[in-house]
Amino acid sequence: MGETPEPFVRFKDVQKTYDGEILVVKNLNLDIAPGEFLTMLGPSGSGKTTCLMMLAGFETPTNGQILLGGNELNTVPPHKRGIGMVFQNYALFPHMSVAENLAFPLEVRRMSQADAAAKVKRALDMVELGEFGARRPAQLSGGQQQRVALARALVFEPDLVLMDEPLGALDKNLREQMQYEIKHIHENLGMTVVYVTHDQSEALTMSDRIAVFNDGVIQQLARPADLYERPENAFVAQFIGENNKLIGKVDQVDGDTCVVDVDGYKIRALNVAHEGVGSSTTLSLRPERVSLAPSDGEVPNNFDAKVLELIYLGDHIRCRVSVCGDDEFIVKVPNASGHATINEGDDVRVGWTAEDCRALDVWQG
Amino acid sequence: MKTFKPLSVALVGLFAVGFASSASAEAITVVSWGGAYTKSQINAYHKPWEAKTGNKVNSEDYNGGLAEVRAQVEAGNVTWDAVDVELSDAIRGCDEGILEPLPLDELPAGADGSKAADDFIGGTLTECAVGEIVWSTVFAFDKTKMKKTPTSIKDLFDTKNFPGKRGLRKTPRVNLEWALMADGVATADVYKVLSTPEGVNRAFAKLDTIKGEVIWWEAGAQPPQMLADGEVVISSAYNGRLFNAIMVEKKPFDIVWDGQVWDIDLWVVPKGSKNFKTTWDFIKFSTDTQRLADQAKFISYGPVRKSSFPKVQKKMQPHMPTAPVNFKNPLQNDYEFWADNGDELTERFNAWLAG
Amino acid sequence: MAVVSDGAGMLRTADGVPLKQALARATRVNKIKAFLLVAPLLVFILITFIVPILDMMTRSVSSPEVVDALPKTIAELVKWDGTDLPPEAAFAAMAAEMSDKKNKFYLGKAAARLNFQKSGFRSLFNKSQRKIKRVKQGPFKDAFAKIDKRWAQSATWNIIRNASGRYTDVHYLNAIDMNRDPAGEIAAQPKIKRIYVTLFERTIYVSFGVTILCLILAYPISYLLATLPLKTSNLLMILVLLPFWTSLLVRTTAWIVLLQANGVLNDLFVFFGIVNDENRIRMIYNMTGSLIAMTHILMPFMVLPLYSVMKTISPTYMRAARSLGANPFTAFVRVYMPQTVPGIGAGSILVFILAIGYYITPALVGGQSGQLISNLIEYHMKKSLNWGLAAALGGLLLIGILVLYWLYNRIVGIDKMKFG
Repeated sequence: MGETPEPFVRFKDVQKTYDGEILVVKNLNLDIAPGEFLTMLGPSGSGKTTCLMMLAGFETPTNGQILLGGNELNTVPPHKRGIGMVFQNYALFPHMSVAENLAFPLEVRRMSQADAAAKVKRALDMVELGEFGARRPAQLSGGQQQRVALARALVFEPDLVLMDEPLGALDKNLREQMQYEIKHIHENLGMTVVYVTHDQSEALTMSDRIAVFNDGVIQQLARPADLYERPENAFVAQFIGENNKLIGKVDQVDGDTCVVDVDGYKIRALNVAHEGVGSSTTLSLRPERVSLAPSDGEVPNNFDAKVLELIYLGDHIRCRVSVCGDDEFIVKVPNASGHATINEGDDVRVGWTAEDCRALDVWQG
Repeated sequence: MKTFKPLSVALVGLFAVGFASSASAEAITVVSWGGAYTKSQINAYHKPWEAKTGNKVNSEDYNGGLAEVRAQVEAGNVTWDAVDVELSDAIRGCDEGILEPLPLDELPAGADGSKAADDFIGGTLTECAVGEIVWSTVFAFDKTKMKKTPTSIKDLFDTKNFPGKRGLRKTPRVNLEWALMADGVATADVYKVLSTPEGVNRAFAKLDTIKGEVIWWEAGAQPPQMLADGEVVISSAYNGRLFNAIMVEKKPFDIVWDGQVWDIDLWVVPKGSKNFKTTWDFIKFSTDTQRLADQAKFISYGPVRKSSFPKVQKKMQPHMPTAPVNFKNPLQNDYEFWADNGDELTERFNAWLAG
Repeated sequence: MAVVSDGAGMLRTADGVPLKQALARATRVNKIKAFLLVAPLLVFILITFIVPILDMMTRSVSSPEVVDALPKTIAELVKWDGTDLPPEAAFAAMAAEMSDKKNKFYLGKAAARLNFQKSGFRSLFNKSQRKIKRVKQGPFKDAFAKIDKRWAQSATWNIIRNASGRYTDVHYLNAIDMNRDPAGEIAAQPKIKRIYVTLFERTIYVSFGVTILCLILAYPISYLLATLPLKTSNLLMILVLLPFWTSLLVRTTAWIVLLQANGVLNDLFVFFGIVNDENRIRMIYNMTGSLIAMTHILMPFMVLPLYSVMKTISPTYMRAARSLGANPFTAFVRVYMPQTVPGIGAGSILVFILAIGYYITPALVGGQSGQLISNLIEYHMKKSLNWGLAAALGGLLLIGILVLYWLYNRIVGIDKMKFG
């Protein structure tokens, strides 16, 4: 998907520093295709918001170029970029009514009043707030304000919309509902969206592609499924979803797989990012990919384990076991009918395939 | 219990001493105008009296007027004992009954043996007040900025021969008198003319001729400062302040004594003073021949007792308003005229200023 | 406590006490505690603020001086028709009351009160008191006429009669340049005595000017304060507050040094050849001086409310406006400024009200054209002792400010005001 010949947005060798000593963004290269929903995901301080602000025009890159539709943006002031933006706290103008807020971008573009009114109405209808035009933002609930902010960023029909943690202030249910709504609006209107969040489930739900930021660098740029199932380094594996982490040394490498020595246990894993025989590596393994009581020979990795803790979570049971010298190893047991009953203190056997166990670099998070 | 005895005796003794001293030594509050003037009073009156009687004087400053006295008397809580006031306020306060009448026949005779009533200059003893000093409103100029030397009150109003800004006090007093004198009214007739509506119009008309050139001052410290800053070239002022500027600060000013309007400051006691006897003792002491002569050491205001004149230091004599060379064409501020007409003329003066 | 509902629908606790009563009892103790906490402040405000204001307001309409001093005379004068001369009984009563030694205090106050009405009453009363004592028997009409011919004029007696009420509107009339003529009719003061209306107008217009100047100057400063990094803005804040911590007199005097004809500023102008030595600009002892000094002194009162409001306006609003296509100017005018209205309102009202009551600064640097109404209030409080008129002038100012406050409430809303 990322290989479109004519990217809509392009970051080219972009660097940013505020104090001349620390690079907040280190040599960023990123192409975004037209109509794509791209999420910048990362912990706070990872440089994702700075990238968004540079794209919006509120920060200038210290070095490098940002291109929009092939034109260099660096010297274009924010109000001439034609980019819609949704802010974290909505930034609805408190002294204007909802309709006036929506009409604002149209007024400054000198649109006729009749046209503007029609567009405002359509935008409000789109977010299902047609009756609320006369209200002040303060009279609306958080979710309604969020929709107004969304409608305002879209009402002048920009080709690119930036969203800076727009759902951060909402409670969990509302957040999930809004995620779908935003996704649907994106599908219907087809504009390009650059979305910033630190919430991985939000990113996985909505995005076409996700750029995982850490330390001013994109750690991995991939589709959600790839990101989850095929993390390319220990940071991404750790940051996205739940992850069992076993640290060991590479013993031998045979083709696509390798054998890793973890505390004396030999584990067969997939080669991804280790540095060859004798190097340290982090083995990454999703808890749901571990099976309980595998039959001999079914999987190459098959070990004795002791159940330390059980947590009942409805659809599955979280089971903390001690295996290969690791006491924090998690196994997710689906709550399917007829599954084996286990108790704390039981001795069990656990196993997993070499494909599900990825040998990555060593990351000290 | 025995050990306690000496202690309790000592305590009783201490209390006794405390009571005795508070019974004999009293503190009175004496209120005056502050600055060099109050300093001269402290040196000449307060300190010797405290040494003599063992009483204490608390000195406070105020800005003149009877507002505070009236407020204290009306509230029935008089905290001021002796107040230094201008003559018109002394008369007025007495008329309104907010001042204590004073037993003037108890005042000590002069050092030369003359009775107090004869020793005090005429008009400086009134029902409720005892005079202390004679002071004068005169005008002065900056010698370095004047091409010609002003000599008479006419020159103050002559902007052609003596160009430049003038400083005058923001009140009709003195200004209206001077305006008439400059307009040719004899000094003796000033208040007679001013008592007629035509006279008042004439005085305002004369003031009109210099209105645009006048900078009005309110506090006594302002005119010497304005002269020193070159903000005005000629200004009315109190003679004591000018003395200070010329003799102490060595400013190049010269005083014109022609047409000086002299007035007196007096002691009064607000009605209901809690320390009347002690205060009256202080007033008697501070206005005796020696004390009044002493005060003239510190400031160039003249004593109101005739018997004090010979005792005033020789070097201070030429600076006194009452020195013969200065007292050639003086006008005494007519308190009765101002007590009657002050309200109305001030109202008109303010309206004239604002217009 | 369990709640039981009886037949009538009234809710009761399990003990049978009506629920409302139980609630009232439970909250009463807290209410008393809360009241005791604020009581000291309440008493303080009552004694130092409310009572003095009420006292002054009472003074502005009361005039007991004449009737206190001459109750019997007034009783006779009331019967008189006001033409020619009052009956002999009035003269006799006046003679008796003037001869009464105990009455001296009240006669003095009455004379002072009447002297505000007509110059000369003070000495007329003094002279008459001294002389009428010696007249043992009537007719007193002739005796008074002999003491002073004014006693033989009906105008004199009319003035006394007109001033005899316990309550009067004369102070308020004087405060708007009106008066009562001897016949008791309301009439404008003669032109040469009209001053208060002019000064009220000037006061309002100077206060308005000062408010506008403060707003224009304080707005950018407050904006800087609110947007600069903390370190720099703290320094700037100290600079803004520094004059706040300096004595009013020192600040005013400093302006005199700067602005006077031979002051620093004029010296600089001459040095740079902007003006020549003979034509130094007059910037003090006139309206300009008042405006400059007052603006400077009142500036912090504008900066602080503005700053406190601007501080709460998130920079994202401006960013949002820019991202929606507004250029910096439009964004500022349409989005930022409307949000600072509460601060503008609070600052303006604060500065305006303070400016309206200023008198020390105008007295020192205002010269003759920079006098304000408060200077006259001070004069009547401290010098002429005409407290009734001072109270009436103050009362009018108070009413003016209340009207302003009411207007503000109507237009902007008091609840929107933010002082910081």
